Amino acid sequence: MSQTITLKIDGVEIKAQPGQKVIEAADAAGVYIPRLCHKPGLEPFGSCRLCTVLANGRPCSACTTPVVEGMVVENETESLQNFRKQIIEMLFVEGNHFCMFCEKSGNCELQAVAYRFGITAPTFPYQWPHREVDASHPDILIDHNRCILCGRCVRTSRDLDGKHVFDFVGRGCEKKIGVNADSRLADTNADISDQALDACPVGALLRKQTAYQTPIGQRLYDLEPIGSEIESTGNTN
Amino acid sequence: MTKPSEAVARQACQDVNLDPTRLLDVLHIVQKECRCVDDSAIDAIAAEMGIPRVRVDGAVTFYTFFTKEPVGQITIRLSSDIIDRLQGAQEVADALTDELGIDFGQITADGLFSLHWTSCIGMSDQAPAALVGDTMVTHLTAETARLMVRSLREHKHPPKLVQELGDGKNAHPLVHTMVKNNIRQPGSIIFGPINRGEAIRKALGMTPVEVIRAMKTSRLRGRGGAGFPAGLKWEFTRAATGDRKYIICNADEGEPGTFKDRVLLTELPDRIFAGMTIAGYAIGAQEGIVYLRGEYAYLKPYLEEVLAQRRVEGWLGQDIAGKQGYHFDIRIQLGAGAYICGEETSLISSLEGTRGDPKNRPPFPAQHGYLGYPTVVNNCETLCCVTKILENGAATFSEFGTEQSSGTKLLSISGDCTAPGIYEVEFGVSLQKVLEMAGATQVQAVQVGGPSGQLIGPDQFDRVLCFDDLATGGSIMIFDQSRKILDIVHAFMEFFVEESCGYCTPCRVGNVLLKEGLQRVLDGRGEPADLEQFEQVGAMMKACSRCGLGQTSWRPVVTSLQSFRDQYESRVADDPDGFRRSFDLKKAVATAEKITGRKSVHA
Repeated sequence: MSQTITLKIDGVEIKAQPGQKVIEAADAAGVYIPRLCHKPGLEPFGSCRLCTVLANGRPCSACTTPVVEGMVVENETESLQNFRKQIIEMLFVEGNHFCMFCEKSGNCELQAVAYRFGITAPTFPYQWPHREVDASHPDILIDHNRCILCGRCVRTSRDLDGKHVFDFVGRGCEKKIGVNADSRLADTNADISDQALDACPVGALLRKQTAYQTPIGQRLYDLEPIGSEIESTGNTN
Repeated sequence: MTKPSEAVARQACQDVNLDPTRLLDVLHIVQKECRCVDDSAIDAIAAEMGIPRVRVDGAVTFYTFFTKEPVGQITIRLSSDIIDRLQGAQEVADALTDELGIDFGQITADGLFSLHWTSCIGMSDQAPAALVGDTMVTHLTAETARLMVRSLREHKHPPKLVQELGDGKNAHPLVHTMVKNNIRQPGSIIFGPINRGEAIRKALGMTPVEVIRAMKTSRLRGRGGAGFPAGLKWEFTRAATGDRKYIICNADEGEPGTFKDRVLLTELPDRIFAGMTIAGYAIGAQEGIVYLRGEYAYLKPYLEEVLAQRRVEGWLGQDIAGKQGYHFDIRIQLGAGAYICGEETSLISSLEGTRGDPKNRPPFPAQHGYLGYPTVVNNCETLCCVTKILENGAATFSEFGTEQSSGTKLLSISGDCTAPGIYEVEFGVSLQKVLEMAGATQVQAVQVGGPSGQLIGPDQFDRVLCFDDLATGGSIMIFDQSRKILDIVHAFMEFFVEESCGYCTPCRVGNVLLKEGLQRVLDGRGEPADLEQFEQVGAMMKACSRCGLGQTSWRPVVTSLQSFRDQYESRVADDPDGFRRSFDLKKAVATAEKITGRKSVHA
């Protein structure tokens, strides 16, 4: 594109393309804004709120807010980091996250952002909700205990797989992922090759018989914290 | 016997020409005829409309008035609002459970009755109230509740419960309700003299740009609570590109303690519809939609009749008032019990036939609204003001009120006062004056603007009602010195937990944590650190929540903590031994004790 937009994130000037969201421009420039529901290639969703930044002084989600010429973005401020810690803790206490034996440990984005923020144990009380596991499908497992309602499976199945296997049902704290059948995933056209399975940031949507194949020490986030991949490849001009 | 849900669902889909944006209408029909929207109905709707069944399931489970399990032939929904509770809703509830032999959430063995709690139904000035089928039953007592059930057993027909009709149009045969208007103080704008057709004639004699300029000159700001300048909203929408444009009337008042739109819809629907017709002309829309809250279904036949009459008289339809080329009509969409749908982007989602989730902004509805077209959403009261501004002139309107808040405001006053009801006051009036008008004495606290507003004490009663000081969508709830502040706050948090859509983390989880934290304080297990945490959670919810619900729902806790800190502090303490007081050892080991059959020596 011919036209380039200039904005500042935490005082550092970066270039962006018109139409980009703040988070996309930041990624390209090597600035990490924490996120869970955002995934490149999917429609912006804005549900986890971890990417909340101040744009020209107003709070907004970086994954849904388009860049504007001269925009001043605040990202790593003390109060925003404190808000993000609270959000991460809330996601842990509202579900049942058993990191110590979860297949996704080490590759889990929720666990990884918690480590990045130095969270060892939540300060909020655990909710210990009763949530279901759907193991009906021969190749795929849904464990609602570990779901953070980011909608990445919903969007991937709908927009990339063209299937609409998943969508949200229920409201408020009863909200959960539903499947496109009476009740069981086995009765949908979900398939082991679906891209939706790779979209889950946590251990809520898993391929069966693939767990624990990577030794501890070689998993995605064992050596470098989440976000390093953006910070190391980006180009801050 | 009810009809097979599959057949009903298929027919209902045909009735709306298989238009998926009319999903709510389909679900209303199925729910009414089958007393639920079960899995076979969901399958049938999905197949007929050609949409994924999980999308239908998602909508059914979003709205309170749709259920997958059967409800009774007669549903009794008792308002759980704090005003209803303080005026005896619990005694009514006890009488109902006793008389019916069921608990809330249950259905009688014969299938005749089911009993439900429901969020504020807009009757706080005549509480306790219940929605029985579509019939409003007000001023309930334990005794009248029992009599109501007995008479329903006889005739099984809720409208027959209406014996004494309310005033004004409440007595209209198509409304036929015991609801009273309780208009205590009519002002000169909203309740000013009726001059039928004058506003539309004047508007159509101007260019659309001139109409918008008149709105800007009047400095009219949205009456729903947020106070966005109406003229500006119209200007943005007019300027936006789109093959079609829409004007939507937000008649989904759900803020507990608010009932002004109920009265406007009953007494001044023509003024609302005229405002929509003018807005349509100004922004270039040919279609208007009224989103009517499901609780006000009893007004729908009457409103349809008013619309039909306007068509006959030429105020709606082709070449309105003889103006060549200006065509405009209005339809009514009934909501289904979701407070969040009063938020304008949620309202649009709901109109589109999906879950009432708020949308990401930008883009704003003015650019990308209903079905992606530029859309204005205005509150009922705002639209009434529009009509009066055209009628009397912008300058006359802006003589009322203050510099930043022109005109008058309707207040819905409820709670501990001698004259609950509707008051039209000029912006800039002090809260003290309002309390005197309503006959409130011995006032301990006032909730201004409903639960999402603020709870303030007597030291702040000299503050004034306007957008820059005490902003309010109109709900004023009065609590005298006999009321327990923390119980009131807890009821508000229960409301927000119930009504959060669950889309974003801060609101979905934050409200639950605040409610539970408050419960710990009420149970005597709170610590000073809890109070600090309430404020931190509130600050996070304000900044990070996705829509106005979560951005304000922390306010009952945090504003009461500011105004009534002593009531919190007297209940919290640090444990002398340094343990967490919130930790209930007895409860924690209860399951283990049960499994092992042994008693813990420490618990």
